[in-house]
Amino acid sequence: MNQALTVKDYATDQEVRWCPGCGDYAILKTVQKLLPELGAPKENQVFVSGIGCSSRFPYYMNTYGFHTIHGRAPAVATGVKLANPELDVWVVTGDGDGFSIGGNHMLHVLRRNIDLQILLFNNEIYGLTKGQYSPTSAKGTRSPSSPAGSIDLPLVPCEVALAAGATFVARSIDTEAKHLGSCVRRSYEHKGAAFVEILQNCPIYNDGVFEQVKDRKIATDNRVELEHGKPLVFGAERNKGIRLDGQTLRLEVVELGGEGAEEAGLLVHDESNKILAQLLATMRGPEFPVAVGVLYRERKAGYVEDSCEQQLSIRSREQGDLKELLHSGNTWQVD
Amino acid sequence: MELVEENLDEHHLDDKQVMDVVVRFAGDSGDGMQLTGSNFTQATALYGNDLSTFPDFPAEIRAPAGATFGVSAFQIYFGGNDITTAGDAIDVLVAMNPAALVTNLANLIDGGLIIVDSGAFTDKNLVKARYTENPLENGSLDQYRVLSIDISRHVLAAVEPYDLGHKAALRCKNMWTLGLVMWLFDRDRSATINGLKKHFPRQPEIAEANIAALNPGHAFGETAELPSGIHVYKIPKANVPPGTYRNITGTTALAWGLVAASELAEIDILFASYPITPASNLLHELSNRKNFRINTFQAEDEIAAACAAVGASFAGSLGVTSSAGPGIALKAETIALAAATELPLVVVNTQRGGPSTGLPTKTEQSDLNMALGGRHGDTPIAVLAASTPTDCFEVAIEAARIAIKYMTPVMLMSDGYLANAAEPWKIPDVESLPRFPVRFQQPVEDFRPSMRDADTLARVWPRPGTEGLEHRIGGIERSYDTGDISYEPANHQKMTDLRKAKIQGIANDIPLQEVCLGNNTGKLTVVGWGSTFGAIHQAVKRCRADGLDVSHIQVRYLSPLPRNLGELLGGFEKILVPEMNTGQLVRLIRAEYLLDADGLNKISGQPFKIGDIMAAIRQQFAGAQS
Repeated sequence: MNQALTVKDYATDQEVRWCPGCGDYAILKTVQKLLPELGAPKENQVFVSGIGCSSRFPYYMNTYGFHTIHGRAPAVATGVKLANPELDVWVVTGDGDGFSIGGNHMLHVLRRNIDLQILLFNNEIYGLTKGQYSPTSAKGTRSPSSPAGSIDLPLVPCEVALAAGATFVARSIDTEAKHLGSCVRRSYEHKGAAFVEILQNCPIYNDGVFEQVKDRKIATDNRVELEHGKPLVFGAERNKGIRLDGQTLRLEVVELGGEGAEEAGLLVHDESNKILAQLLATMRGPEFPVAVGVLYRERKAGYVEDSCEQQLSIRSREQGDLKELLHSGNTWQVD
Repeated sequence: MELVEENLDEHHLDDKQVMDVVVRFAGDSGDGMQLTGSNFTQATALYGNDLSTFPDFPAEIRAPAGATFGVSAFQIYFGGNDITTAGDAIDVLVAMNPAALVTNLANLIDGGLIIVDSGAFTDKNLVKARYTENPLENGSLDQYRVLSIDISRHVLAAVEPYDLGHKAALRCKNMWTLGLVMWLFDRDRSATINGLKKHFPRQPEIAEANIAALNPGHAFGETAELPSGIHVYKIPKANVPPGTYRNITGTTALAWGLVAASELAEIDILFASYPITPASNLLHELSNRKNFRINTFQAEDEIAAACAAVGASFAGSLGVTSSAGPGIALKAETIALAAATELPLVVVNTQRGGPSTGLPTKTEQSDLNMALGGRHGDTPIAVLAASTPTDCFEVAIEAARIAIKYMTPVMLMSDGYLANAAEPWKIPDVESLPRFPVRFQQPVEDFRPSMRDADTLARVWPRPGTEGLEHRIGGIERSYDTGDISYEPANHQKMTDLRKAKIQGIANDIPLQEVCLGNNTGKLTVVGWGSTFGAIHQAVKRCRADGLDVSHIQVRYLSPLPRNLGELLGGFEKILVPEMNTGQLVRLIRAEYLLDADGLNKISGQPFKIGDIMAAIRQQFAGAQS
């Protein structure tokens, strides 16, 4: 057992080569710190990544790691998990890797509910190719390939993950170590495909894009931290809440206390409610706070579980015998 | 060189002793011609003839009834001598409708026998086949012998007691026809009858109706007054080595070869694939073999299939992926990842007519260039080709052996012909198959993922889950010494040289090239690879019988090439390379060995005929004299 392992045991001898100030450093530290706490064997951890800044992650984790090709990490990880379901498989990807070139694989790994953790570093930009807009960049993003502002409409990763049938969807922030650690831990504990979007700052090509939700001074007014069973309250003074208008089925932000609304009328977060998760996933500023925390979670059998079960049942009925197979059906003897 | 129009074979059904016969069953794609053909094949194998079969079906699943593009055919060549192709010219053509007649008539020998369902020669069907007159009535078939029977009417009468309804009743037409052809060649119906019972366990009435159609077809031959010269033909039994035999298609043999490889290597196989014609049957067959060390995964696309296979190999299984040309193109980046990270991977390419969608159901050998070089970067991999349906078994095992031993991708070339063609197979003794158990890396001091075997140059295979072997690999160039990322110029040179040397080194681990028919030196050698084997073999054999000094060399290992191949080819004055492409192996031979070699190229979606190759051989000799 690896009970005595520490953060150092999960660091490699490789020099970390992200740009100074990159949000990836914080995420790496949080994951390296979390893994010893999970108490799982180090040799059973496998990090699989695609291409991009975030996909360098496996080189810095002293576990098994596979830096693969652009967009395909979910497919490679599926093969790893199918070959050895005992392994804890992690996919590290970015907004371009996971939702542009690899969008198809993301859709299918979630739909199949393969038991692995997907950490999607979303910095709303292409970093490694030097700053082009990505499928999550806000419309109008000026970049080398969109000098007059991008005209692509962005997608919302958590919304797409939910639509694809993800059974665990969470959102967190690179530098919020405690919150991020908790989300990643819960993703690990979840059986099935767990999707964690991490809002990550790129100080070079998209600096400050998440400032509204990250800056300590203003963040409390711009994000709502989800907790199962708790009302959706936010704000520096915890003076704002989110309510569902039953007539329009739309969310609204209300002021609490005094002349304002009462807490009892607010929405209470329920991680098992997919409709609610979808509403919360799409909330964005300035009208709404950004929802962080576990949006959705459901227990459902996954592909690998079913594959193992099917195989066990087939083999218990009839163990393959090569000689018998070659002689099955019609044969004839020549003397 | 030009493809010469061959003369149709001169053997006739009038000969006192008929040595071999080609029968072609043709009908609508819904007429059950494939089932008819496979039942006839089974009976023929049990009878003791040597045989080879080839199904020829359209890309359309259910084309409009009666359309020429919807004709589905099944050809069988059987006889007392060694049979290695499905036959050049047709002796007996079974045509279930006018479309089947018009599309196959050109290949029927003069004096050949046509069996038609006259009930299907309606005005509507004649128009669909673009006949302006009924060929059964206008004398246009006079050079053939025609057995025109209203099969539809006979069948409806035979199955009446089963109350199937008109449409379902007519579906038994193929069995009635099969019964008649079985009578013609003295075949035993019991295997078919047992097969029908097994095929419809929950619908015994359907099985019974089919049997009720089969038997009167047979009885019709016995009792009806047939045109003169049509009688039961006795085809001599083949003289084959003793043993237990079965009939097998290339696809099944390949699948079972992979099953065998998993046992011999003592490793689980993950077969990850995406459906594509004509490769899908491999996925189907292996999906039925999960009681062995086989798991299958139908991925979301070709790329994901290849990636899942590579992921499985990283995790300590053998990853196998499969497709046809267009799908292999999509897998190219992943194959290069496996080559770069030095993970075992078997890629099966069941080639079809290209480019693009091309001819999905037709055969071709035009992916050799892609197999050898169709990747970015300097990315050599091993490439093997199966020559016959039964050869697929052995080549699949060999592909797995090389992939594991050398930690490399191996591409196994099959094609639409091999995949679907069938021939008798002497079932090998399982105990005698050489074992090659996988040895995963064990924990050692100073473990590095770049450690490799000094002889094979193969990288170690550390399996995730093993304590102390945690490591990272990836597509970025890796240091020769540590396996860590390295952008060093000298290291990239060294790693590129290493990747080449590793594949080249496989040449020391494969058999020397042998001549499979004829002398080791001489005037002419015909060099083949893949499914052209059968036609080349027969052509060379017949030309040798005519006194021509010609040999046959069949190349299984295309990368690396056998180390004596250049020297062997140098012993011949002329080299002829028939290929179902515009000349891919011939160019390789010329480039590798600076030898003059002529190509014989056929790109029609149809396999070579024996006559095609015989004519080309004769032309080579004619050229030598002039």
